[in-house]
Amino acid sequence: MGGYARFVWPCFALVFGVLAWNLWAANRYQAEARKRAQRALAMMGDHP
Amino acid sequence: MWTWFYRLASPPFVYRTAAACTPWFMAAAVAAIGYGTIAGLVFAPPDYQQGNAFRIIYVHAPSAWLSMFAYTTLAVAGAIGLIWRIKMGHAVAAASAPIGASFALAALVTGSLWGRPMWGTYWAWDPRLTSELILLFLYVGVMSLRSAFEDPGRGDRAAALLAIVGVVNIPIIHYSVVWWNSLHQGATVAKIGMPEMPGSMLWPLLSMLLGFMCFYGAVLCMRLRGEVLNRERQAAWVREAVRS
Repeated sequence: MGGYARFVWPCFALVFGVLAWNLWAANRYQAEARKRAQRALAMMGDHP
Repeated sequence: MWTWFYRLASPPFVYRTAAACTPWFMAAAVAAIGYGTIAGLVFAPPDYQQGNAFRIIYVHAPSAWLSMFAYTTLAVAGAIGLIWRIKMGHAVAAASAPIGASFALAALVTGSLWGRPMWGTYWAWDPRLTSELILLFLYVGVMSLRSAFEDPGRGDRAAALLAIVGVVNIPIIHYSVVWWNSLHQGATVAKIGMPEMPGSMLWPLLSMLLGFMCFYGAVLCMRLRGEVLNRERQAAWVREAVRS
């Protein structure tokens, strides 16, 4: 990298980390919303 | 036309469409980012002035672009929610905010790491850098405001208002290098006429831009499904949706 490796690689690592975090966080958000909806439906089933 | 518009905003339609679009967006993102990364790191020649440090552009520019695009989406969706009282507008805005904020932060940090060898400093109160920092603060403000109200409807409306006011910052970021003296380089790709980059450098960058947009589409769809479920948890159609 012609002496610039300590600047270039952290940038790529950071941005790929951000991509991975976004994927993980979106997946988790969706799964938690689904669980909450299932719990709400179960409570409605217990007390119609 | 209005029937179509309102059908487009129906929660079950949004939920199902988001599910159908996610794998397509993700596949396109993986292909485009994969090609852009390899071509940008391996095949693109070093810049004649910046050497290999210029390769930071392949992650910095798409992050900055995406941070502005996600904010514009947030503001437009917020305006749709506010003007037409379409709940899905607010859901899109809420889903877009954390994605855009993370890329605004990535753009600032990668820009700072690029600035050190090129300008001799990690940070300068330069118009481009400052306006991008304001964008990050706007994202934080919009997200905080939404969650500050007990009534989600009021939170949505307050966040939409701030988002609409803050959208004025987007053209400021874009034209800051034209309007003021700036350390930051001028536009190289989004120029009227021909871009100032040779194809061997430009194609990987365009591929990364496309890949980041597709990635945004995929993650937005995933978050949107969660938002719709959170907002519609009492609706009858959700019963079938969460069982399947």
